Amino acid sequence: MEFKITKKANLLTMILIVVGLVFTAIGIGVEISYNHGGAHLGQRLSGNLLVSSFFFLAIGLGALFFLALQYATETGWYASVKRVIEAITGFVPYGAGLLLVTLLIITLQDGAHIYIWMDSSYTDINSPNYDALIDGKAAYLNKPFFWIRTIVYLFTFVYFERGFRKRSLLEDQVGGTEVHFKNFKTSAIFLVFFAVFSSTSSWDWIMSIDVHWFSTLFGWYVFAGMWCTAMIVMVTVTLYLKKHGYLPNVNESHIHDLGKWTFATSFLWSYLWFSQYMLIWYANIPEEVTYYMTRIQEFKFLYFGMFFVNFAFPMLLLMSRDAKRHAGILTFVGVVVLFGHWIDVYVMVMAGSMGSHAFIGFIEIGVMLAVLGFFIKVILMNLSKAPLTVKNHPFLDESIHHEI
Amino acid sequence: MADKVIYAMYDDDDVLKDGAKKLVAKGVKVSEVFSPFPIHGIDPIIGVVHTRLGIMAFIYGLTGLLLATIGMRYFMITDWPMNIGGKPNNTYLENMLAFIPVTFEFTVLCAAHGMALTYFLRNKTLPGLKASNPDPRTTDDRFVVEVRMSQNTQFTDVEMVEMFKQTGIVELDQKDI
Repeated sequence: MEFKITKKANLLTMILIVVGLVFTAIGIGVEISYNHGGAHLGQRLSGNLLVSSFFFLAIGLGALFFLALQYATETGWYASVKRVIEAITGFVPYGAGLLLVTLLIITLQDGAHIYIWMDSSYTDINSPNYDALIDGKAAYLNKPFFWIRTIVYLFTFVYFERGFRKRSLLEDQVGGTEVHFKNFKTSAIFLVFFAVFSSTSSWDWIMSIDVHWFSTLFGWYVFAGMWCTAMIVMVTVTLYLKKHGYLPNVNESHIHDLGKWTFATSFLWSYLWFSQYMLIWYANIPEEVTYYMTRIQEFKFLYFGMFFVNFAFPMLLLMSRDAKRHAGILTFVGVVVLFGHWIDVYVMVMAGSMGSHAFIGFIEIGVMLAVLGFFIKVILMNLSKAPLTVKNHPFLDESIHHEI
Repeated sequence: MADKVIYAMYDDDDVLKDGAKKLVAKGVKVSEVFSPFPIHGIDPIIGVVHTRLGIMAFIYGLTGLLLATIGMRYFMITDWPMNIGGKPNNTYLENMLAFIPVTFEFTVLCAAHGMALTYFLRNKTLPGLKASNPDPRTTDDRFVVEVRMSQNTQFTDVEMVEMFKQTGIVELDQKDI
């Protein structure tokens, strides 16, 4: 069945984008008029672009990882919702474009006080700003090498995403098992790349903001967040399509499975949050605890509040079997936790760059809404480009009879 | 009370499932199915009540959580306060982060052991107990449907056996208990 974007959905995405842009414009105006004549504008705006472009790209990457995981494990049940997953992975090229523009803007401002290692005065021994720690990391954290890595990561992600999509559409035409085994091999290769790149890209894009600080757990923590948000978007889009009468093969068991993934990945994320926090709290080494000192002093409510929401909401509300099959509960928890994870990325970026000057105002909400509108628009567009039910998938029959 | 039990044996789980569906449609109450492995989708057909093991798991887990909390509070705060890594050790709350992993593990330990023991007790399969399956072959490659005549008073023995014979059984056994 072909998916058609309703007028209502089109209007909603347009409203989101327009409201987002208007809010951003108001925010810029307020910043220039009332906040030191806009002295922090570049930093604040670039920081917000980074928060929202990374957050939504991460959802696409989480879905891409999940799709590759299904191929590599030759899973059967997901065949009915495969086009939903592909529609979300289809955001990766757009998200990559947004992130590239953001990083370019930041680089042109010599780091915009976000990536302070981009500012050459910190590595110049004659400058009053000279920082021995940043200079010591300069072999890895410098503009050319950063850009080489960024382009390699994004190119790899987009290349595999395009390949999976192409072969999925090809499978509808030709059938047989050749495409299936090709996907099996390619996804295994992708997972190896992703295992390394998901970690190193989070060091480069996010962890290098707190340039003195490092955590070996950071990559997994960011990865768990992207996986969790991707599962939430997957289940929400599936429920949306189901409500509008699409996806006849998706039954309660598929929804239940997606709900279980949401539940499980929330725990994975909480577990990694706690592991990183507890080890640093216990060891109590000055160079490590600074990261949490900033968060506890300046972002206490947001930082612990979002942990409570992202952990307790899925745990308490999605624990029972019936709740994981209930569209209303799933959507409610999904929307709340999705916002919680946006706060998580916001604190990750803003605590290290703006510190006590950061607050959620027009610019923050505006940029987030605009990118959200764009994100929804791209997903709907991807859904309408191909039939919602795959043909010739070797496990399609298993998926149709999925029952748990 | 005297009761008559009919054991119908199948050599394929799908045949058994189809047969059970037919019998239940005619109004037969199936009391038990014996199988070497879980048959997918048999529960709704023969009307097995949903397990309450999950509720017990929660209670066991809560017991573990409470025991761990009470225990560690006594060991580490009340009885013998220890200074580990310069952490404040006069209240439980200030040290809670350090106790969370142990609390978690003890919760899992109690929930898992409690569930396993409850499962064995409920199914009467504790080590050393006499097996209750009607035929040893149901642990290998045969499947048996058990029907009690006292629960199916609307049918006579002959009618019941006749109905079973139409479902592709390989053997039939009757027993008075």
